[in-house]
Amino acid sequence: MPAVQETVDRVRQIDVDQYRYGFETDIESDKAPKGLSEDTVRFISAKKNEPAWMLEWRLEAYRRWLTMREPEWARVHYPKIDYQDYYYYSAPKRKELASLDEVDPEILKTYEKLGIPLREQEMLAGVVRPEGERRIAVDAVFDSVSVATTFQKELKQAGVIFMPISEAIREHPDLVKKYLGTVVPTSDNYFATLNSAVFSDGSFVYVPPGVRCPMELSTYFRINERNTGQFERTLIIADKGAYVSYLEGCTAPQRDENQLHAAVVELVTHDDAEIKYSTVQNWYPGNSEGKGGIYNFVTKRGDCRGHNSKISWTQVETGSAITWKYPSCILRGDNSRGEFYSIAISNGYQQVDSGTKMIHLGKNTTSRIISKGIAAGVSQNTYRGLVTAHRKATNARNFTACDSLLIGDKCGAHTVPYIEAKNSSALFEHEATTSKISEDMLFYCVQRGLSPEEAVALVVNGFVKDVLQQLPMEFAVEAQKLISISLEGSVG
Amino acid sequence: MNVALAKTDMKTDTSRALSEAFANVRERLPGTGSVAEVRQRALESFEQQGLPHRRVEDWKYTDLRTSMREVLPLAAAPDEAAASRAASILKSTAVKGARQLVLVDGVYAPQLSNLGKLEKGLAIRTLRDALETGGEAVRDQLLSSKQSTDPMVSLNTAMMTDGVVIEVSEGAELAQPIQIIHIASGAVPAAMFTRSLLRVGNKAKVTLIESFVAADGAKSYQAHDALVVSVGSHARLDHVRLMEDARDAFNVSTAFVTVGAHSHFNTFNLTAGGQLSRYQAFIKFAGEHARVETNGVNLLNGTQHGDTTLFLDHAVPNGASREVFRAVLDDRGHSVFQGRIIVRPDAQKTDAKMMTRALLLSDEAEADNKPELEIFADDVTCGHGATTGALDQSLLFYLRARGLPEKEAQALLIEAFVGEAIESIVDDNLRDIAVGAARRWLAARG
Repeated sequence: MPAVQETVDRVRQIDVDQYRYGFETDIESDKAPKGLSEDTVRFISAKKNEPAWMLEWRLEAYRRWLTMREPEWARVHYPKIDYQDYYYYSAPKRKELASLDEVDPEILKTYEKLGIPLREQEMLAGVVRPEGERRIAVDAVFDSVSVATTFQKELKQAGVIFMPISEAIREHPDLVKKYLGTVVPTSDNYFATLNSAVFSDGSFVYVPPGVRCPMELSTYFRINERNTGQFERTLIIADKGAYVSYLEGCTAPQRDENQLHAAVVELVTHDDAEIKYSTVQNWYPGNSEGKGGIYNFVTKRGDCRGHNSKISWTQVETGSAITWKYPSCILRGDNSRGEFYSIAISNGYQQVDSGTKMIHLGKNTTSRIISKGIAAGVSQNTYRGLVTAHRKATNARNFTACDSLLIGDKCGAHTVPYIEAKNSSALFEHEATTSKISEDMLFYCVQRGLSPEEAVALVVNGFVKDVLQQLPMEFAVEAQKLISISLEGSVG
Repeated sequence: MNVALAKTDMKTDTSRALSEAFANVRERLPGTGSVAEVRQRALESFEQQGLPHRRVEDWKYTDLRTSMREVLPLAAAPDEAAASRAASILKSTAVKGARQLVLVDGVYAPQLSNLGKLEKGLAIRTLRDALETGGEAVRDQLLSSKQSTDPMVSLNTAMMTDGVVIEVSEGAELAQPIQIIHIASGAVPAAMFTRSLLRVGNKAKVTLIESFVAADGAKSYQAHDALVVSVGSHARLDHVRLMEDARDAFNVSTAFVTVGAHSHFNTFNLTAGGQLSRYQAFIKFAGEHARVETNGVNLLNGTQHGDTTLFLDHAVPNGASREVFRAVLDDRGHSVFQGRIIVRPDAQKTDAKMMTRALLLSDEAEADNKPELEIFADDVTCGHGATTGALDQSLLFYLRARGLPEKEAQALLIEAFVGEAIESIVDDNLRDIAVGAARRWLAARG
């Protein structure tokens, strides 16, 4: 069954030529010389005043990277990337900032335009603040550096560390040393290794035992400079019994050249801890002829190290010329739980190859994957997901449902699941038909007057919605619209 | 999905040995001129890629670079002793009422085959004959696999020595099923490379059974087989393939099937034998309104590795396909199922469904499933499902409570599980044959 008009219209609203964040901020910046060499790595490390061990770590990654080959297995096609044609470091020209007031007004304006509150007082200014309104601490990353982090004082009171990773390397070297590269090792893959060598900034979060982070944490990434690659690194640790919800947003100006974004995100949860990680990825997707746009080659992985710990990934993917990204969960602790909820929408000439990996290692681990791909224009949208249970992962459970919707006859939607069971007590279910999500739930909804289609949408989206509703950014509205796209005409 | 260094330029000893084997026997291989050229190019294509390994996406779970340790010499034509060993196993393998075409150690055995009283519209000859004297059309079709880039297909193209070529002319409805029996009977370890062709003319109707067995006393062997099939428009082909090779055998087989408009192709594959096996079927819709049902069962125990890879190419609109696959795994058995459905840009109104389920009886068994959809048309209904799990304890308890011993209760449940795939065989006789093979496996399990 083809898509209905309403769906077509909604997807059209976020088509590539409707990109609203494509403006450029005119600001002087400090750049590393173009190209990549050991000197570039040293330059970045020096810029960040890093300790010697960090530089060594980077150099080792760089040397390894030189021996690696770019992966080719993903269903994406692009001209060979010239890694010498990028700037690996670009920072707005400005000396050390004492307070937010010193942030370049141009940058503040940029974030204002993007709808990101960087001034705490703005957040507090409302005369009547509705009861229970949530506040959000923001770390704003502009090209290669973090320009502002809000609510640091309040978070400090709770014991939560939330700061740019470059500062954390200096201020909390022990924590960083203990966790950095333990989830995504420097040797992990081509882009992660490159990131390890040249990452410039990103966020660091540590939530101490028993603490429920008092507010949502969020990082907003903006690529502004021409010909720069953005390589941020995020590291989030939830210690025993801690909880944190983290949001990430990204945009970039419209340019004709392709820009590289190769991030690494590492999450660690100890016993009884939980991390909720949400992404609204809206990098510039290129124009309607497929020119320009961001190459989004990202490695995201969470390690449920402790018993009863939980990691949940939620992503709304609408941007980037090419997306290559598989937020994963290593379910190491007994009774740990991994979740992946994804909505990937591709338009124009976009190519998406995204999905997840659920690696069951501990006993009684469970995981759930709900993925929805919508392809329009001449885009290609691939779900690629791995579910594996190792020999000792007794009673592993997985449920996977992935649906795709095609709008128009020039695009493609693909599903490539890998399901590997290595012990008999593992119970895996993978389905690509919308009618089988849970007959009971559907029946309940239908019985109460919802159409089967509405019921399916409600069930699938019920998981995603509570996270999305809390997104601070203006495009949360957009995300909401995407969620409400009905599931009719779905193909596996 | 991890990425590390691919050592594609590294040639394994095995693949080098295969190249040498080709050089040694090329003079003896049937076909000259253009056939020899195709062989040469196929070998070059194989040499370029080497043995498939886990970094080759289609061979991710069956790494021949690590598991195919040695290259056995090309099998010699069977001597009298081998032929008589083959004759004795043939008795239990031959399907009653079917026309037997027997290949012993990769060579057509006329004395064991039945070429008498060919029905009207049926023509049969050997591959050797077809390659040496056959017309251009038959040769082209036999070599049509040259479009494939699969290294093991290339190897088969380079080395194929014998097989059968079956042509069924337009409108011929064969009452008698045809059974191609591959018997390994050699007294020394050897490799065989066979290829067969079946052309089903428009409006014709054919039933084909393929059997792979080993005679008592056969030494370990490597079977490389290919089957090229074309099903004409409004034609019908029922096909069952039973792979019950010796437990130390290696078997890599490929089927290339093209189905015409309004045709119906019902196929079933059972893998119960072999130490390391792979059956890959490439099925292409060449005409509209064709219907394909492909079903399969892997029954594995010990340290067997069985790989079933199906590729359905919906190249034209209005095609329908159903895939049902079951794997039952005991001990350290390892089953691989890869099912790929591609719906080409103009193939609107395609209706494709695939269901794969694995049953693990042991904690050391492994089931890898990769049901894959690749869809380029928007007005289609496609879906797939996959499950993995153990025997349902409550069902087992129910049967035990009624006095069935554990093994019997298990056998009953396994038979029911496998039955879901076997049931989709349309032809009654073929279904009975498949049930028989499944029961043989269960009985051997004890």
